[in-house]
Amino acid sequence: MQSPVTKDQIWDWLDAVPDPEIPVISVVDLGVVRDVSVSEEGVEVTITPTYTGCPAMSVIAFDIETALAQKGIEKITLKTQIAPAWTTDWLSKKGRARLEDYGIAPPQVAGGPERCPQCKSTNVERISQFGSTPCKAQWRCQSCLEPFDYFKCI
Amino acid sequence: MSDTPSPLFEFLLRQGDSALVLGHRTSEWCGLAPAIEEDIALANIALDLIGQAKLWLEYAGEEEGAGRTANDLAFLRDAYDFRNLLMLELPNEDFGRTIMRHFFYDAFEVPWLEALSASSDERVSHIAQKAAKEAIYHLERSEDAVIALGDGTEESNQRMQKALNDLWPFAGEVFRDDDIDRAMHDGAIAPLPSSLQSVWKMRVQSALQRAYLTLPDSEFAHSGGRVGFRHTEHLGHMLATMQFLQRAYPGATW
Repeated sequence: MQSPVTKDQIWDWLDAVPDPEIPVISVVDLGVVRDVSVSEEGVEVTITPTYTGCPAMSVIAFDIETALAQKGIEKITLKTQIAPAWTTDWLSKKGRARLEDYGIAPPQVAGGPERCPQCKSTNVERISQFGSTPCKAQWRCQSCLEPFDYFKCI
Repeated sequence: MSDTPSPLFEFLLRQGDSALVLGHRTSEWCGLAPAIEEDIALANIALDLIGQAKLWLEYAGEEEGAGRTANDLAFLRDAYDFRNLLMLELPNEDFGRTIMRHFFYDAFEVPWLEALSASSDERVSHIAQKAAKEAIYHLERSEDAVIALGDGTEESNQRMQKALNDLWPFAGEVFRDDDIDRAMHDGAIAPLPSSLQSVWKMRVQSALQRAYLTLPDSEFAHSGGRVGFRHTEHLGHMLATMQFLQRAYPGATW
């Protein structure tokens, strides 16, 4: 018999699972983990894709299973749901701060970065609406001239 | 003859196949686009479309009830079983044509998916809500690009005008209601596509005007793709590439 584990404990463990493409934030910070339930049948984790075609989803699912298995959880069920649709509003405050430290401008409702994540200048321009992963766009700072990623706001 | 497939199954194939075929065509630009930002943008858009196709085709397979997965539907059907719009299967050719095609498609998809978000079918509604977010982002880009290229150099303007002339006879197919559309409308699953034509045309006209492009004076529309009556000769060639792996190595997985 494994000792009973609480939902909070599971959430804490999941918060240590890094996003495979942006490893400075966790899958919880990203808002991809929507629900956790613990019952006699085991642990059920509900996840939602950021974008419909996000190639990281299968890796995220695998990483969650591995992390929980390493903590001794034997029965893990992963459920995928698409509604309500993922939104960048679900990024945690901690996640937003870590993104900026890492050099990725966090999403803004205004539709563009607030400032350059490097030199903090607000003099920035868009290079492209799309970037290195489905969740990012390419911007450039006109003060320090550094290009940077912006986490798209959707 | 097997049982007649349900209208919902046909509807879901139309949704999934259009996203899949355009997604595949778009992916053909990977590594070949005129600038790296475009290459990345097109690869991302292709990914979104293929992701959407997966959601629609998964549902189609379940609705059919014959045990077919999204992969089976994508990789193991022949051209005559596809229900995509003809415009989307045409070869990419000029970059201008790719941009114009995306704009035509996105300008329809945004109001269409927004309407489907209110579908009486919960799963259709959920997929549409998810896909609409992506489509809005795509439209913002394709519309800007049409205007930038139309209002660009003499050459870019000419190439966009040619793209417009080439694609215009295909643009109207989506608005031709048939029995499947009427069944979806009666079940409050989807609006009639024709009900979105004026919204679409207003948006297209306004962008083309700002792009200094002239709308061809014809209402003629090729049809047959989404009803499965007739495809162009290009779809089979596209599928030969897209489906090669599963045909040559059945059941191969990563």
